Amino acid sequence: MPWIEADESVPLTLSVNGVSHHLDVDARVTLLDALREHLQLTGTKKGCDHGQCGACTVLVNGRRINSCLSLAVMHRADEITTIEGLGTPDALHPLQAAFVETDGFQCGYCTSGQICSAIGMLDEWRAGWPSHAGAGAGPARTIDAAEIRERMSGNLCRCAAYPRIVEAITRYAAGEGAEA
Amino acid sequence: MTDATVKMDAPFPASLLDSAPAPTVGTAQPRIDGPRKVSGTARYAAEHFPEGLAHGVLLRAPIGCGRITGVDAEAALAMPGVLALIRDERLIRNGGDFAGAAAPVQGVDEVAYFGQPIGVVVADSPERARAAALSVKVTYEAAPGVFDMEAARGTALPPTDDIYGLFLIHTEQGDVDRTAHEAAALVDAVWRTPSQSHAAMEPHASVAVWQDGRLTLHASYQSPVVTRDQLATVMGLQPSEVRILSPFVGGGFGGKLGVMPEAVAAAIAARHLGRPVKVVMTRQQVFETTGRRPMTHQRVRLAADAAGRLTVLQHETITDQLAGEVFFEPAGLATHLLYAGENRLVDHKVVRTNKLLGVSMRAPGEAIGQLALECAMDELAEALDLDPIELRLRNEPERHPELGIPFSSRALVDCLRHGADRFGWASRNRVPGGLRDGEWLVGHGMAAAARGNLFGPSRARVRIDAGGRVMVETEMTDIGTGTYTVLAQIAADLLGVPLARVEVRLGDTDDPASAGSGGSWGAATSGSAVYAACAELRARLAAAAGLPADTLTFADGMVTASGFRRPIAELVGDGLSVEGSVQPGESNSRFNQTSYGAHFCEVRVHAVTGELRVARWNSVFAAGRILNRQTATSQAIGGVVFGIGGALTEELVHDPRSGKVVNRDLGEYHVPVHADIPPIDVHFLEERDPVANPLLAKGVGELGVCGSGAAVANAVYNATGVRVRDFPITLDKVLAGLPPVSAARRRA
Ligand code: FES
Ligand code: FES
Repeated sequence: MPWIEADESVPLTLSVNGVSHHLDVDARVTLLDALREHLQLTGTKKGCDHGQCGACTVLVNGRRINSCLSLAVMHRADEITTIEGLGTPDALHPLQAAFVETDGFQCGYCTSGQICSAIGMLDEWRAGWPSHAGAGAGPARTIDAAEIRERMSGNLCRCAAYPRIVEAITRYAAGEGAEA
Repeated sequence: MTDATVKMDAPFPASLLDSAPAPTVGTAQPRIDGPRKVSGTARYAAEHFPEGLAHGVLLRAPIGCGRITGVDAEAALAMPGVLALIRDERLIRNGGDFAGAAAPVQGVDEVAYFGQPIGVVVADSPERARAAALSVKVTYEAAPGVFDMEAARGTALPPTDDIYGLFLIHTEQGDVDRTAHEAAALVDAVWRTPSQSHAAMEPHASVAVWQDGRLTLHASYQSPVVTRDQLATVMGLQPSEVRILSPFVGGGFGGKLGVMPEAVAAAIAARHLGRPVKVVMTRQQVFETTGRRPMTHQRVRLAADAAGRLTVLQHETITDQLAGEVFFEPAGLATHLLYAGENRLVDHKVVRTNKLLGVSMRAPGEAIGQLALECAMDELAEALDLDPIELRLRNEPERHPELGIPFSSRALVDCLRHGADRFGWASRNRVPGGLRDGEWLVGHGMAAAARGNLFGPSRARVRIDAGGRVMVETEMTDIGTGTYTVLAQIAADLLGVPLARVEVRLGDTDDPASAGSGGSWGAATSGSAVYAACAELRARLAAAAGLPADTLTFADGMVTASGFRRPIAELVGDGLSVEGSVQPGESNSRFNQTSYGAHFCEVRVHAVTGELRVARWNSVFAAGRILNRQTATSQAIGGVVFGIGGALTEELVHDPRSGKVVNRDLGEYHVPVHADIPPIDVHFLEERDPVANPLLAKGVGELGVCGSGAAVANAVYNATGVRVRDFPITLDKVLAGLPPVSAARRRA
């Protein structure tokens, strides 16, 4: 990649939720700000801009990342999924529906991040990524609350919907197992 | 102009809510705004993009006290895309809920605390504005400030204002000194609580748009109309010339009550540049430049006779605040009424420090006051060799112990008893430091909870359109509390339409003004205004039907009486619109209104490392009618977790040389995370409070935070035998006092 000055405008194609977007962005623009400010996909939230809250979690090629810690120009070749790509108010993704059912949120500001993070987290579980709560692997339905709490601890919720978020993820994971 | 007013002058013999044949109120209803929130389509303040939008970044003071002597912006202004550096003396320094409508001009040169706003840099992109702000050179003359409250405790003076009589500065009865000397059991100690941060997940953000001389602000405020009036004063406008929109607020907890610096900066910059400006605070700015819960030094002295009856309740609080500010942390609030006892003294004093503005934070006073009081009660129970529940039962007052007025409803005893059952208190550990499970010391603790039920004037408009659809409109906000859903439920039940046919619009200052979200009063006040409007609508529908209102049933979209059944839509003509309002009245002074609860928890402390874990939790609350079990439970859980954070992890650390907030981010200011929180069992007792309001409901939102931290602290003591009175209880404070590892008994 050639050297780019901080203030230089960089042409860029981002693939978000299956749609290609052509952008010209300041090289300093984070993936989070590209989504929010440039594409006006504001479902992804900014809580800290420092990788400390998880509100900005999106899926990049299926893996969860903090989009505030990543520059937009680093994602030319990637497929990005945001909360808007999972479901709509009229056609919610089953995990989104589980959050509504269990009241897994209050103000809703951390919620997009919690949901995207949970989807990435369950993939990590299936793939056998270890955690402090004890190593594990297997179908989503085999995950327990302690694992969910540990693996979701990068997603803060000041409203403290935690117990109900865990319940939403547990319900979703169980349902997913049943379908598989 | 209001069509129907309800004033709280006398108890309500009945509530129309109880006449609904299939009520939604009282059940668990999913949030009607839920699908928008979980799909990312609910728009928060920063998520508006008017044409020509520019971006502002706050410039802030690099010293804790002194004077700004120069600002060199030459390099910054030469940077590409940079539009202006604005240093306007109206940039608000101390905002917040108690700044009053006057919103004083504080200037941008005198520095009262580290990080105060001294300007705003505006550019055509956020990146450019941020880079420019970083390259502005500020020169200053630092002055000696007061940064350490403990060191300056000798300078404490009584607060200057009792906040409409709500925050009693000093009350006294009997003779506490003499009685304390004659006591059979005595606790006399000091509890300290640090500054804390609201840390709502959504940072403060404002998008200011001027059009035809009128200012519209997309912003994140709990009580937009209060912020509007402050902003209008700052800008020299009439309130009607300012409109604030806060339909979604990403958490508040008191930190978004009054106007904050970003709103004023956006409004001034937008006017100056003639284009819309967005100012979003960085997380660091939220920590350093909005507000905090003040720190406290609380002396509590409790004395009891041999029968376990309290003879002395004394609670003296020293707290800190910026000079000239009226708000203080009223830590003694619950001490006035929680327990009986003849000799009482509650006092508050303030040290004036050069530290970030102190503001209301979730249950101001009560949250941290009950940390001290309820820990002291635990110590007293131990001194008396009494079960801590029994001690509370023996000191249950018949009437308000200081004022002699009756309680509107008070179910503390039931909360204690039910909580004890649910938790299994009878089989708790009784030997501090004596129960071990593997590597973990296990402890059990409890505490009582009380939160005053406040009431303020509120208005709401309810419309029924020609198709029978219902629209509720009020300036009230939903900060995660469930307002959208609760107001829809009340209207649906009273007008007899399905919940899906009710729409609720919130957070627009052009709609009827409410009391806002704060002080746990939002649902009761705005809900009562909706009630008033719906009662009037029922009367009008009855008139249209030509029948007395009390003979009608409203259900399934139909208005029914014997021999009469018509769809509501057929009775409204072109539509009906009614504005309802509620006013506090004599019931608010003739009765003490308080919500109650009891917390029980198990804490595990690692026998070797001192790591602290909350393992199990039960809370029981009595708060009048619970309007929505789903959202009320979430509020209660949220409050409990706030209390756990305050007990174990949360501390805003100030640099003693400058007052600067050292841990100004979410990596260093530790709010509880998923792994810190076990399942939280919340149970609401059936209760109706006929005095409080026509809903017969009391406040819920802050009740959970009251007393919960004390339950944790008491459980930590029970697990380890270490009393930590200096919050938060971090492992370094228990480590030295842990029992010898080999001595602890193993769990059978
Ligand atoms: S905004 Fe990215 S982690 Fe907080
Ligand atoms: S729902 Fe408010 S921060 Fe999680």
